[in-house]
Amino acid sequence: MFDKVLIANRGEIAIRIIQACRELDITPVAIYSDTDETAKHVRLAEEAYNVGGSVARKSYLDGDAIIDAAEAADADAIHPGYGFLAENTAFARAVEESECVWVGPPSDIMEQFGEKTEARKLMDAAGVPIVPGTTDPVTDAAEVKAFGEEHGFPLAIKADGGGGGRGMRVVDETDDVESEFDDARREAEAYFDNADVYVERFLDDPKHIEVQILADEHGNVRHLGERDCTTQRRQQKLIEETPSPVLDEQERADLCERAREGVAEAGYVNAGTVEFLYQDGDYYFIEVNARIQVEHTISEVVTGIDIVKWQLRIAAGEPLDFEQSAVDPRGAAIEFRINAEDPSSDFDPHPGTVETYRPPRGIGIRIDDGVDEGDAIAPFYDSMFGKFIVAAQTRSEAIKRSKRALGETTIEGVPTTIPFHQQVLDDEHFQNAAHSTTYVEEELDLS
Amino acid sequence: MADTVTIEAPMPGVFYRRPDPDEPAFVEPGDEVEAGEKVALIGVMKNFHDVTVDTDGVIEEFLVENETEVEAGDGLLVLDPS
Repeated sequence: MFDKVLIANRGEIAIRIIQACRELDITPVAIYSDTDETAKHVRLAEEAYNVGGSVARKSYLDGDAIIDAAEAADADAIHPGYGFLAENTAFARAVEESECVWVGPPSDIMEQFGEKTEARKLMDAAGVPIVPGTTDPVTDAAEVKAFGEEHGFPLAIKADGGGGGRGMRVVDETDDVESEFDDARREAEAYFDNADVYVERFLDDPKHIEVQILADEHGNVRHLGERDCTTQRRQQKLIEETPSPVLDEQERADLCERAREGVAEAGYVNAGTVEFLYQDGDYYFIEVNARIQVEHTISEVVTGIDIVKWQLRIAAGEPLDFEQSAVDPRGAAIEFRINAEDPSSDFDPHPGTVETYRPPRGIGIRIDDGVDEGDAIAPFYDSMFGKFIVAAQTRSEAIKRSKRALGETTIEGVPTTIPFHQQVLDDEHFQNAAHSTTYVEEELDLS
Repeated sequence: MADTVTIEAPMPGVFYRRPDPDEPAFVEPGDEVEAGEKVALIGVMKNFHDVTVDTDGVIEEFLVENETEVEAGDGLLVLDPS
């Protein structure tokens, strides 16, 4: 096992990784930007290195400065967390070529799954259902039209180098396919440095369901069940829960096993998430997230398996020490993302100082956060500063408990997403799991 | 010196003089600008808000450095109206 690990991140995920390190007797090393000099993740780490200016490009995205810090600290490995450089293949490769081990999937695997058409091909070959669409980039608008005529409109043109819904264009029969195709390529080039686009059937009322995977270097691949992340806004997840309230036992077992087999066949290593859209009883693979995800917490809560510790153990070459049959999720868990945003004003983000911070306590509550009372939330980075995770024996008990927990919470100094969460918990569509990924922006009145 | 106008930050955030790190600044001191012209951005987490001028004039100076944190109401730049 490693003696020392550098954590190339900040905020709550850096703290989550520090905690995993401590439990494995690893010395955690933090990095920080100028504005984060006294941040909570720095206070909790054993050592901390300044890697540059406050804007992310000059610090948390400066791979060379981070590898220099790791070498100065004599770290054995680098854990990237999520966001920033976590899915940057070039950075992963640079770490692999340095003295340090990369805590994540090998860079060639990241590269395969980073290209969406490549990922679709891999999963298709492994027998995992993919959204009907092209498995190669499309080269002209005529191909797009032909696809629409065969599979129906609306269809989605997506960037090969994209993901998370960024750079996607929904095209209707009446739209000018030529100009949509040209615009999609231009956007893809601008955002992802890769003009290639592909075409998929557009699902208009889907649920987002994903499967957590752990895979070691010895060919062992396990799934830790699924998460339902349907409560989102503009492709940003806000509430995640497990188990999914819409799958029956057979569908659940089938989906999780297909996801497991799909990544196993691709030779995947470390933690990852296989994402699906689910509509009208069918599910379709969309992408693999080759990193730890924000919402890994709810899978940990119901399975009791520490995913972040396993990321470190897998990177150190250890084999997974449990069989699939030993993974036995119990009860229900819901995660609420606590963002410094004002839900009544179009989720406008607000930096500021957390003047009062009294998170909920008591049975069934797990808090992962990146601030203490009195800490500032800087305008340079993401607005999420905490996650409240609520566990109970059933979904309905978890909903009741969540209302109790959010009702106990006091946060002053910045607006938060808590009023939004409370409204969702009281919403019949959510309670009945009748919502889709577009429900929040299209139906919910947040004013 | 005639009445100059100080453009203030409409909200707390990060002051950006360029649309993208690799691109030139929107305007430089000495540049002539027209009412409504975008002269900078305020970035707040992942959102970006335009900073515009209300009147025609010449940019006299910038009061804060590129990519630094600003509070609402902080003076950002000075405009000499024409």
